Amino acid sequence: MISKGISGKGRNTAIMFATLMLFWLMLNGKLEADILIVGALVALVIAVLYRDGLSFFTEFRFTPAAFIAGFGYYGYFFKELFKSNIKLAAIVLSPSLPVKPAIVKVRTKLKTRMGRLMLANSITLTPGTLTVEMEGEWLYVHWVRMEADAIEEATARIVSGFESYLEVMYG
Amino acid sequence: MGLILDIIGGLLLVGGASFLLFGGLGLVRMPDIYNRIQAGAKTTTLGTLLTLAGAACLQPAWGWKLLLIGVFLIFTNPVSAQVLANTAHRRGAEKSPLTKIDRLAEDQEGKA
Repeated sequence: MISKGISGKGRNTAIMFATLMLFWLMLNGKLEADILIVGALVALVIAVLYRDGLSFFTEFRFTPAAFIAGFGYYGYFFKELFKSNIKLAAIVLSPSLPVKPAIVKVRTKLKTRMGRLMLANSITLTPGTLTVEMEGEWLYVHWVRMEADAIEEATARIVSGFESYLEVMYG
Repeated sequence: MGLILDIIGGLLLVGGASFLLFGGLGLVRMPDIYNRIQAGAKTTTLGTLLTLAGAACLQPAWGWKLLLIGVFLIFTNPVSAQVLANTAHRRGAEKSPLTKIDRLAEDQEGKA
């Protein structure tokens, strides 16, 4: 989708390889020659076969600002995840079950595949929202509790919080 | 030190378990499939993460592996929820009568 010339594929393969190696080493928990060799071989084969696939750092911009935004993103993400659980518990535990569902449409500025994937995932895990469908730059979001007035503004708020971080990280 | 970690770990486990309980309650009480998916996806993510964190406090040696499980969970859990919701909508799953707006259905009708 995003062409970065010839280096794009090589970069993707290298990032995939590094990510797989990191996971392999975390899973093993020790640095020994045979573990490293087996891991490197398998990671290389997978990275070459699936170089068009997405992994955690595909399309990540390796700049200091992107790393800072990454930390900010996860801080914000966990805060929102916690809030969404509290809110859901409140809805589920209240006898009247105050839901007001709606499927709304919201536009994103993000262009990269990974950026959009992360945005859709973030929306699903934050208070009262669930991504149902994605078409180009439009996201369709299911809402447990629609705010009756000013729908447009409220929907814009669904994405804006995460978008500001993800824009710096992936663009 | 060990005792303090044990207490923190125990509290995290109880916290995680209670969120999972609320999720289960949500599955029973929510009116339609989309709301049920919402209840399931959010609570299982935080509930399982807290459980993993509690396990990490009780068994610090497992820390890296538990962290890895947590990372995979954060990325895969919402994807499965989205695929379920997407499929449900394509197959025209019943929506709760409370649902006032469905922009996705409106747009698809416009195209057809």
